Amino acid sequence: MEIAEELAKHQKAISVAEFFEKNRQILGFDSAPRALITTVKEAVDNSLDACEESDILPDIFVQIMRRGEGFRVVVEDNGPGIVGSEVPRVFAKLLYGSRFHTLKQSRGQQGIGISAGVLYSQLTTGRPTAVTTRIGPTHGAGRWELMINTATNEPEILKTEETDWDRPHGTRVELEMEGSYVRSRRQSIYGYLKNVAIVNPHARITLVEPDGNVEVFERATDKLPRPSYEIKPHPWGMELGGLIKMLRYTDKKKLRVFLQGTFSSVGAIISSEICERAQLDPEMAPQDLTHAEATRLLAAFKQMRLKSPPTDCLSPIGEDLIRAGLEKEYRVDFVSTATRPVAVYSGNPFQVEVGLAYGGELKADGKVDVLRFANRVPLLYQQGGCAMTHAIENVSWKTYSLSQPGGGVPTGPVALIVHIASTNIPFTSESKDAVADVPEIVAEVELGLKEVGRKLRRYLSKKSALSERKEKEEIIRKLLPRISKKLAELLAREEPDINPVVAKIMGNLLVKRSIVSENGEAFVTLQVANYGDSACAFKLHETVSVEARSTEPPARVIPLGDGYDHLWKVSLRPGEGQSISYTVPSEGVSFSEPVVEGVASELVSGAKVVG
Amino acid sequence: MKEAAVTKERLLGLAETLYDQFQEGIVPHLSLPSRTKRNIEYDQDGEVWVYGDQESIRSVKTVRGAKSVLKTTYLVELLINEHLKNNRGSTLREIYYISENWDVAKFGEQAESDRLVEDLEILTSLLREDFHVRPEEDGATVFGPLTISEKTRRGEKTIHCQEDVGEAGYQIPFNVDNVEFKDHDAKFVVAIETGGMHARLIENGFDQEHQAILVHLKGQPARSTRRMIKRLNEELSLPVVIFTDGDPWSYRIYASIAYGAIKSAHLSDYLVTPAAQFLGVQPTDIVNYDLSTDKLTDQDLQALRSELSDPRFATDYWKEQIQLQLKLSKKAEQQAFAGKGLDFVTRVYLPERLSEMGMI
Repeated sequence: MEIAEELAKHQKAISVAEFFEKNRQILGFDSAPRALITTVKEAVDNSLDACEESDILPDIFVQIMRRGEGFRVVVEDNGPGIVGSEVPRVFAKLLYGSRFHTLKQSRGQQGIGISAGVLYSQLTTGRPTAVTTRIGPTHGAGRWELMINTATNEPEILKTEETDWDRPHGTRVELEMEGSYVRSRRQSIYGYLKNVAIVNPHARITLVEPDGNVEVFERATDKLPRPSYEIKPHPWGMELGGLIKMLRYTDKKKLRVFLQGTFSSVGAIISSEICERAQLDPEMAPQDLTHAEATRLLAAFKQMRLKSPPTDCLSPIGEDLIRAGLEKEYRVDFVSTATRPVAVYSGNPFQVEVGLAYGGELKADGKVDVLRFANRVPLLYQQGGCAMTHAIENVSWKTYSLSQPGGGVPTGPVALIVHIASTNIPFTSESKDAVADVPEIVAEVELGLKEVGRKLRRYLSKKSALSERKEKEEIIRKLLPRISKKLAELLAREEPDINPVVAKIMGNLLVKRSIVSENGEAFVTLQVANYGDSACAFKLHETVSVEARSTEPPARVIPLGDGYDHLWKVSLRPGEGQSISYTVPSEGVSFSEPVVEGVASELVSGAKVVG
Repeated sequence: MKEAAVTKERLLGLAETLYDQFQEGIVPHLSLPSRTKRNIEYDQDGEVWVYGDQESIRSVKTVRGAKSVLKTTYLVELLINEHLKNNRGSTLREIYYISENWDVAKFGEQAESDRLVEDLEILTSLLREDFHVRPEEDGATVFGPLTISEKTRRGEKTIHCQEDVGEAGYQIPFNVDNVEFKDHDAKFVVAIETGGMHARLIENGFDQEHQAILVHLKGQPARSTRRMIKRLNEELSLPVVIFTDGDPWSYRIYASIAYGAIKSAHLSDYLVTPAAQFLGVQPTDIVNYDLSTDKLTDQDLQALRSELSDPRFATDYWKEQIQLQLKLSKKAEQQAFAGKGLDFVTRVYLPERLSEMGMI
């Protein structure tokens, strides 16, 4: 027997169940806690997608119950329901779905989601999945018990019956499975639903936990997100295999017509230009293209100058709703948001939205919370391997008043939300945990982050100006007097005059009088200095019991009952100082504290303030 | 040690500087060399690492700076009016407790008061012994063929560090300069990180067989221990080898003995033994002796990488060893040698390493 024949004996198709068993991790069922989360996630994603497609405000009920060693997961929605004939395949056939072949922003894409949960359930407990659905108040509700035939990947209906259900329309799915329920960590069903609630503020989600605890994530808006719609693929996003498949199965008879009708941004002129560049006959049948010709066609695609794909097909959350979502789930001091314009990578339109929450109940020590979302679906795993995280790490957060010890994710009381909406999110793997490092996406996320960062910096600098003033007052009131007292005690000297230092620290106007006596004369100097950062003009009064001589500059003198008021008009630019001098006899003269008129009292050191 | 009068004068000088700054309208501040690994440089003459000229300014402009200056004045007052005047002293921990009465100048934790005492050492170019400040006893010990005499409060005692001591050895006093070396019969000094290994060497009679003085470091060695090692090396001309675990933290123990610690680089001339050599456990030993190991933790990895950027470790030897360890991603304890039999370390490893290093 030839070797090839020998080998052929060992080759056989593997069943989906075997495939699943060997590839749990890529489908998100690799650990007991994660299996539960993934099941809830797939069911909730389907519910939200279905509600949005039918303009229904989602009201989703999730319940986790203990069942012996395992759990029973119930997810129920008020969506449009599912037509009876479709139910078995939607839930009990892998890779069956309505969205695989379309280019549209939606949560699910491959049609693996919930049926993987069904398969996991039957593999771990041997029990069927129960589905109850109703498509409208005039229709009855139906109930199915389903399993997947793991050899053929075809649904097996164990039971089907009419049933009573109080919902006018909707779908309820119940699965039993092994798993483990965690509450506290972020990577939990609770954490997942909380994040879903943040980016889907139009949804109400109720969670009943195994211990009976009920959490309701209330909706923050009655406005449904703008519907997204399907677009044709853009030539730049094509790969050879996909192109060959489309060429083979199209019903168009001519290449020219095929190009024009299948792709976005391709009209009659562009279509013939592509054919010319690829040296192909525009009138030939698409089915007749050889492999080499298809390769030339793809090369021509990439060389063409083309319009970007339509960008209004995406449905961003919007800055207001990101804010509303954040504020309803977190108690914070400050929120800023940014929505980037739609951009394109390899022919796929995408849009980045960023939100930043600061302060409040967020913890100040440790790394900031990073909440990642793709098409409104929270990503809980592989944070370190995700383009969104990498963009966060690329930003120099010190510029925006956050510390970033050793580079990487910054620290501080901050939650960062990054949402990417696209007709085709480039995930790193089938479990859809992380977005691949597409340079265009990383760049857009960085720009969004910098935008919210700038808003944060403005907020913090305003805040710190206030607290700086407070801090300085503490220095002036409590600390400086003690320091000077201690120093005087240690050195057995008089306490030093702290006013000049106070003025410098506070940015105040300083008035300082010094007197030198000689030969019966007292030579008095008044130093005034403006340590503030704006100009100030004021009147300086010096009240002495006698009239001063040799005043320099000359003063206006006003006789009072028991002395003389000497008055100077002074104006000082920031940082400027002036010296005023006069002479009085050194004996028998009394002074009062210098008086400043026309400057706020908290801005003056070393003088009394009036007016 | 300096005389109390000199110490007092220098401390008052510090107070005077601050006082004059007030008088001259200068915002009062103290400048200190910044005590980070970026600001230590190699001093060719002393062969030790000392602070460079980067300075950090402690100014009353900020609440933190003002509090620190206030604490400095309180501490200076304590040292002058309690310690120097009455010829008394306090431990570092006592100083922390004394500050309970200082109101806003109270220390938040002992590390803060310890640091401030070090700052005063730098600002006055004195030692904390001059301030009559002593550390807690840390129990580091010496064991080996060495006779010393120690001036104690109860008179002078002469001790032979094998015959006159129990198995625990001779305990190093906090002021090593009260010790005089009388006589010895040693060929080299082995400083050992862990108590277990120290006891193993004594039990196996390593000190007798090889005429070795064993110094137990007790983890990161105290100043007194480092001073003792330096004096053994310089005054008795004994070569010194350092025997620690094979992990990044232990390399820092070696660095603090042979190169100087970042925290106390102002005392490098006084504490550092540039001639001390690293015996092991080396990452190459992990491979050569096939030692049982633990995986490096994230902190270990971070510490190793940080050492790669530490100027003290910028030698070919350390780069090679650290890179190897990063590649192995493993560490080994001294006591891992026990896996080869209790005598392995004294029969095989130490003799091999010591002859490699030209000691025996």
